[in-house]
Amino acid sequence: MSNDVLAQLRQTFFEECDEQLAELETGLLQMQDGATDSETVNAVFRAVHSVKGGAGAFKLTTLVSFAHVFETALDEIRSDRLEAGPALMKAMLRASDVLADLVSAARNGDDVDEALWRGLADEIAGFCGKEKAPSPAAPVSASDPAPAAFAPQPMAFAPQPMAAPPAFTPQPMALPSLAPAPAAEDAKAGGALRILFRPRVELYEKANDAVVLLRELERLGAMTVTCDLSEAPLLDALDPHGAYLGFDIHIVTDRDEQAAREVFEFCEEDCDLVIRREAAPAAEAAAPAAHAAAAPDPAAILNALRPAPKDAPADPSAAAPAADPPAADKTAAKPADPARAAEEAAAQRAAATAAPATIRVDLDRVDRLINLVGELVINQAMLAQAVQGADGARDPAVSGGLDELDQLTREIQESVMAIRAQPLKPLFQRMSRIVREVADATGKKVRLVTEGEWTEVDKTVVERLADPLTHMIRNAIDHGLESPADRLAAGKPEEGVVRLSAAHRSGRVVIQISDDGAGVNRDKVRAIAIGKGLVAADAQLTESEIDNLIFLPGFSTTEKISAISGRGVGMDVVKRSIHALSGRIFLKSKRGHGSEFTLSLPLTLAVLDGMVVTVDGQTLVAPLSAIVETMSLDAGRLRAFGASNAVIADRDGFVPIIDTAAELGFRPHRRVVGGDKGVALLVESEGGGRSALVVDAIQDQRQVVIKSLETNYGRVPGVAAATILGDGRVALILDVDALVARARGAASEPLLAAAG
Amino acid sequence: MTQTVLTVDDSRTMRDMLRVTLEDSGYRVIQAADGLLGLEALKGEKPDVIVTDINMPNMDGFGFIEAVRRDSRLAGVPILVLTTESDAALKNRARAAGATGWITKPFEQTRLVDVVRRVAA
Repeated sequence: MSNDVLAQLRQTFFEECDEQLAELETGLLQMQDGATDSETVNAVFRAVHSVKGGAGAFKLTTLVSFAHVFETALDEIRSDRLEAGPALMKAMLRASDVLADLVSAARNGDDVDEALWRGLADEIAGFCGKEKAPSPAAPVSASDPAPAAFAPQPMAFAPQPMAAPPAFTPQPMALPSLAPAPAAEDAKAGGALRILFRPRVELYEKANDAVVLLRELERLGAMTVTCDLSEAPLLDALDPHGAYLGFDIHIVTDRDEQAAREVFEFCEEDCDLVIRREAAPAAEAAAPAAHAAAAPDPAAILNALRPAPKDAPADPSAAAPAADPPAADKTAAKPADPARAAEEAAAQRAAATAAPATIRVDLDRVDRLINLVGELVINQAMLAQAVQGADGARDPAVSGGLDELDQLTREIQESVMAIRAQPLKPLFQRMSRIVREVADATGKKVRLVTEGEWTEVDKTVVERLADPLTHMIRNAIDHGLESPADRLAAGKPEEGVVRLSAAHRSGRVVIQISDDGAGVNRDKVRAIAIGKGLVAADAQLTESEIDNLIFLPGFSTTEKISAISGRGVGMDVVKRSIHALSGRIFLKSKRGHGSEFTLSLPLTLAVLDGMVVTVDGQTLVAPLSAIVETMSLDAGRLRAFGASNAVIADRDGFVPIIDTAAELGFRPHRRVVGGDKGVALLVESEGGGRSALVVDAIQDQRQVVIKSLETNYGRVPGVAAATILGDGRVALILDVDALVARARGAASEPLLAAAG
Repeated sequence: MTQTVLTVDDSRTMRDMLRVTLEDSGYRVIQAADGLLGLEALKGEKPDVIVTDINMPNMDGFGFIEAVRRDSRLAGVPILVLTTESDAALKNRARAAGATGWITKPFEQTRLVDVVRRVAA
């Protein structure tokens, strides 16, 4: 096997490990919740078993050792010899975490400190030991039986005294040739093996085959076979599935009995077998003589037996000396010729595709496809625009064709995007591990409830959600949930609940992380924010604004930095990561009842529904997701606010106006709006704060393909990305939140920025 | 003539490993991921040898072997079971179900090919 193939297999193994580990965890959690059905337990067992099997193939000994202990315990549970009590389940879940660690260490080729797993392995083995005591008959130890420990079962129909080969003379096989065979002085061959072999029906029933066994024996040396037909009934009494033949085999060879015994490895119990080494065989002389004695006319009789025992040697040549040329043929034919190999490969592919309904594709290929489709969308838009300008537009065939092209392009785009979509399940599953770890570290009792884990999101989004989600889950347990004692005192169940849910909502995915803990302590949050100079001491803050103070950089509610959530990052980092995904985050909290974080994210990072606007002669795109409504700059609704600021009347009150052109630096100063021609885009930044972005005009509303500005140029504040419009021009996509934050920052209103 | 081997195993790693090993030795390989799919794969095929795992979802190795043995068309096809360690109890159950022989995982490639060759008619 070449190194390439090995590397490929290794990669497959680790991919599969990930899947198995996910299965494992899911199953263990179900068991912890009381699932005792054999399907769940079996699935868990199989997961560990598979990991172990593959690890064995790659000689990952640590992984094998640990998986073995784990698997043994699961096998005990599966066979109802061990009860999956809470303590054991807890250890099992920890074991699944350790197994995951060992897998990842093996993948990276890291050395593993035995202390990491030995203790847990012993603990789990201890569970087995405890339960094992009453039933010592079930040996469950880490040491496997020796490979040869295939103890011959005392089968009822095998009364032969197999254990004493030398006493073979009185065998009921009564092969007539038995007597003359030994004692000769043919020394030059170095000896021979004498084998008496009588298959029983069971041998044939298991698809072992006397012909095949004889063929294998012949590989040991020159062979002479005598067929004993004495027990063959007449044709009318013959059971086609019966076993009637016996064989007296003589092989000139240097090999010992063991070599011959190996040939019978699989059927020793299904036949009468005597193997004996003969120092001085009577090879050429004795055997043919015996042959003649045994069956005066073997060929004729065997021919008469033709429709005989299904796998018995129906072919005369098989029973005769120097058995079967077909066998030789087959061996020779194995290295197939290249032409046929191609055909076979095709057949294999056909067979392979029949089974699983999924294929695995290199991510690069998908990304390339997505890029190309992006280009196609742009090209299609350019074509449509060009035709509109030309006379062609009046031709219904052309315009109809363009419409269809537009439709098709959109469908292709959606289908391609769907390829990248992945369920959130693996991510949610990782969180259950975090919950366990944090619960253990804090001494709190926590149950994680997940919902909507099959919700699909772009792969990149899924990947980049891992850190923020981890952090929020940690926070929810560490800061959100009370200690078991406090919970009981508050009349709540001892066990806290952290809920993680996902759902699609109007073209975005909404993820919520909630806990039933104490909720945000607003007095404390406010005091901290004031203490750290984040808000003015006399600031009037709504409850929601106070809650959202925790997103401010440098904010940390726990004075003692805990090892769990105080890892130097605060909620501000979480917020930034969510923003980087074009997402939004809010916090809702109710004192005594818990908190709920809501993340709203785009389904994909490749396209965006945008509003194409004009700002100071420039064409820009504002993400539609941020825009609540648009309104005209009706002078009656504007109020000046300070020297260069203004607000506009909204249904609910006044909203600060942001001069987009000035914020982007298209003109040096803010223009005091009023009576101006222009349109206000009412945007909602995360946290629910509203602002009005003033633009000159709205051109269009369309889907645009996002082209990263950072990879192609550099980061520009207030600009999220760029796109190419139908006319081929580049347009910048506004980063609304950043714009709002900047504008408000400049207006020295950190308070609102904090809330927003 | 090229011989065909059907491998039945729920582990993709193991399937790939069996396929690569057997194909390298000139066998045609068809594959299935569990016992039910294995029976499905046998509808249009009569392989020369079947290699099957025991622990599988939907239908395990024992059930699969029994089903093959019940089918008079396939009853004579040698079946090798893959077992980890030399678990005597599993082997005996597999034999009782009608397994022809067994291969211990992790298998040496030469050993696998040798055993397949040994039982193939």
